[in-house]
Amino acid sequence: MERQITELVVISGKGGTGKTSIVGAFAAIADNKILVDADVDAADLHLLLNPEVIERHDFTSGHEAVINEEKCTRCGECISLCKFDAIDEDTYQVNSLHCEGCGVCVHFCPEKAIDFPEKLCGEWFVSNTRYGQMVHAQLGIAEENSGKLVSLVRQKGRELAEEKGIDLILTDGPPGVGCPVIAAVGNASAVLVIAEPTVSGRHDLERVLELSEFFNVPAMVCVNKFDLNRRIAIEIEKFCESKNVFFVDHIPFNPEFIYAVANGQSIVERDDEDLIQLLRIMWEKITNKLEEFDKQAAEAA
Amino acid sequence: MKIAVSAQGKDLDANVDPRFGRAPYFIIIDPDTMEYEAVDNKQSLNMPQGAGVQAAMTVINQNAEVLLTGNCGPKAFRAFKAANVDVITGVKGTVKEAVEKFKRGEYKIASAPSVRSHWS
Amino acid sequence: MIITIASGKGGTGKTTLSTNLATFLGKEAQLLDCDVEEPNAHLFLDIKWDEKQTVTAVIPEVDEEKCSHCGECGEICQFKAIAPLESTVLVFPELCHSCRGCFLVCPEDAIKEGSRELGVLETGHFNSTEFTHGRLRIGEAMAPPLIKKVKERIKPDKIAILDAPPGTSCPVVNTMMDSDYIVLVTEPTPFGLHDLKLAVGVTKKLGIPCGIVINRHGIGDNKVEQWAENQEIPVLLKIPFDRKVAEIYAEGKLLVEELPEWSGMMKDLITKIRKTVDR
Repeated sequence: MERQITELVVISGKGGTGKTSIVGAFAAIADNKILVDADVDAADLHLLLNPEVIERHDFTSGHEAVINEEKCTRCGECISLCKFDAIDEDTYQVNSLHCEGCGVCVHFCPEKAIDFPEKLCGEWFVSNTRYGQMVHAQLGIAEENSGKLVSLVRQKGRELAEEKGIDLILTDGPPGVGCPVIAAVGNASAVLVIAEPTVSGRHDLERVLELSEFFNVPAMVCVNKFDLNRRIAIEIEKFCESKNVFFVDHIPFNPEFIYAVANGQSIVERDDEDLIQLLRIMWEKITNKLEEFDKQAAEAA
Repeated sequence: MKIAVSAQGKDLDANVDPRFGRAPYFIIIDPDTMEYEAVDNKQSLNMPQGAGVQAAMTVINQNAEVLLTGNCGPKAFRAFKAANVDVITGVKGTVKEAVEKFKRGEYKIASAPSVRSHWS
Repeated sequence: MIITIASGKGGTGKTTLSTNLATFLGKEAQLLDCDVEEPNAHLFLDIKWDEKQTVTAVIPEVDEEKCSHCGECGEICQFKAIAPLESTVLVFPELCHSCRGCFLVCPEDAIKEGSRELGVLETGHFNSTEFTHGRLRIGEAMAPPLIKKVKERIKPDKIAILDAPPGTSCPVVNTMMDSDYIVLVTEPTPFGLHDLKLAVGVTKKLGIPCGIVINRHGIGDNKVEQWAENQEIPVLLKIPFDRKVAEIYAEGKLLVEELPEWSGMMKDLITKIRKTVDR
C-alpha cells in the first residue's frame, strides 16, 4: 500500500493571530516532519527557524509585455486595446504592476514590436533548520501569482517528504480567504484555524470555515488570546460545535509570544512551562484528530 | 484506440502521476500493440493558472479516448466530457501496470471530478 | 486626498487605525474598505446601508452557430479560460481575466459578452462619514477587479481613507495605486520589521510617500524605529501597548469614542500627513 502523507495547513482568516508562532511551537514539538512556509507574501517562519538555505530557485509565472522601442511606431493600438491601462500614453512603456500578461497587445501590435518574456516573480528555497527541513519562498515585491507559488512550495514539500520517507508536513498558510489560501487549502489533509476572540476574528473564522467546507478539507479550530474577550472565545467554541468542527483549545494572551519572536526562538525554547505544556497537549489532540481524519478519508475511498 | 496516462517519466516503467494538470508527461499508448509515445506537458507546468485545461487540451489533441490518472479537477473533467474522453481516476503504480489493469477491465469510468481544487 | 492604510503583516491594527481616523475626521472623510477578501471595518462601525450592487466581470459567451472552430480564441487566451474543441467551445468563467483577447481575435464574431459574479459592492454611512466596501464571493480568486470598483467610489473633495488588505501582493498594490500617501502600520517585533521592509518596497516601487505607525509600542524592541531613521521614513505615531486597547478592539468598539487621548493622536497623524501631501 502506498504510504500516506499527512499535511496539516495552519491558517488564520485574519493576520496577527499568532499563527506563525504556533506553527513554530508545533515545529519544535512534532517529530519527523517537513516544514512548509506557504505564507509567501509575508513569509515569517524563517525568522523563528533561522534556516540555512541549501537550494535556491527562481520562480517564474506567466508572461509580461515589453515594448521594443526601436520597432514601436507609437500607433496607439496597444493602448486602445489594453483593458488594464498598463501602457503609458507618453512613454509607451508597459507598467509591469498593471500588466496582467494577457498578451492582447503582443498579438495585435501591427509592428510585432512587443515581446512577451516569462515573468520572474520570486524565489523559493529548501533549507535546513533545527527542527528539520523547510521549503519556503519569497515573492518579489509587488508581484502577483502567489497562489501558484503557494502550490509550488507545497508540492516541493510533498516531494521532499516522499524522498525522505517522512509522513507529516506542517504548513504555515497565508491569511485571508483569497487566491493564496485557496491554493493552500486544496487537497490538504486538514486545516487548523488560529482564531482570535474579536468581532472581526469571529467573522473571519466563519469565512475560513466556509472555504474549508467548500474544498472538502476537515477543519480544527483553536482560539489564541482567549482572555482578551472570553465571551467571544466561548461563542467561537460553541459555533465550532454547532458546525461539527473540532475545537482544540483556548490559549491565553501571553507576552511570551512576542519575546520568543524578538529572540528568534520558538515558544517551546523559552521557559513558560504552563504555556509549553498547553501547546504539547494541543499537539497531541491535533495528531489524534489527524489520524481520525485519515481513517475517515481511507474509508470514504 | 489510444489511451493517455499521466506519468512522472517518459516510458512504461514510469509511475502514474497522481496529478493530472501538472504531470510532467502523458504517455499516449495503443493498448493492443502497446506502442506508445511520451508527450511533454511542459506548456501546462509554467502556467499561473489553467494548467488542468491546458493539459486536457493536450490530451484531447492527441485523439486519446480514455485518460488514466490519479486525480482530475472539475475544469479538465468538463473538457473531457465535452470531447467524449472517458476519465479514470485513482490510478496508481507504473504506466504499464495501469494499462494492463485497464485492458483487464478493472477500472471504472469516473462520473465526476475527483478533486475540487484546481491548485493541486 | 487619498490615504491608504496598509501593513506588510496582518493583525497590526490597520483597520483599527482607519476606522478611528475616519470617525475622527467625520464628514470630511470617506472610508473605503479595500480588503475585499476579509472586509472587517464595517464590524466596528454602526453603518446605515444605502445601496448594494452585484459586481460582475465580462467573460466570453460563444455563439455555437457562428463558431467555425478555428481555435484562435484558445490560442490567444493566456489563462485557459476558453477551450475550443472540435464539437464545441468551453468557457471557464473563473479563469477569465476579462482581457477581451478572444472577442477581438474571433474572425466569425461569434463571441458575445457574458458575465461572472465577482462579489458585491455595498455603500452606506456612519454618523456623517461615507462608507464603501466590497465582498468577494467565496471561491472567487480575483480580488483586483472588485477593488477597482470600490475605488471608483472615491470622491475628490473628501479625504478618502483606504483600508488595504494585508501583505504585499496584487490586491495590496491595486489598493495603493493612485494614493497620495501610504500609512504603514507595524508592530515593534522582528515579524513586524520584516514585513514592514517589504511594504516599504512596494511604496517605493509605486513612488508614493509613506510614513510608519508603530502599534503596540513597548512590547518588543526599538529596531523598527532605528530602521525607519536609517531609511529616513517618518514615524508618524507610536501607539503604546495597552491591554485596554486590545479589549476595546475585541468588543468591536471605537477607540476615539472610548479613550479621549485617541482624538489627539488622530489629529496629530492627519496633520503630519497633510504637511507631506501639500508640500
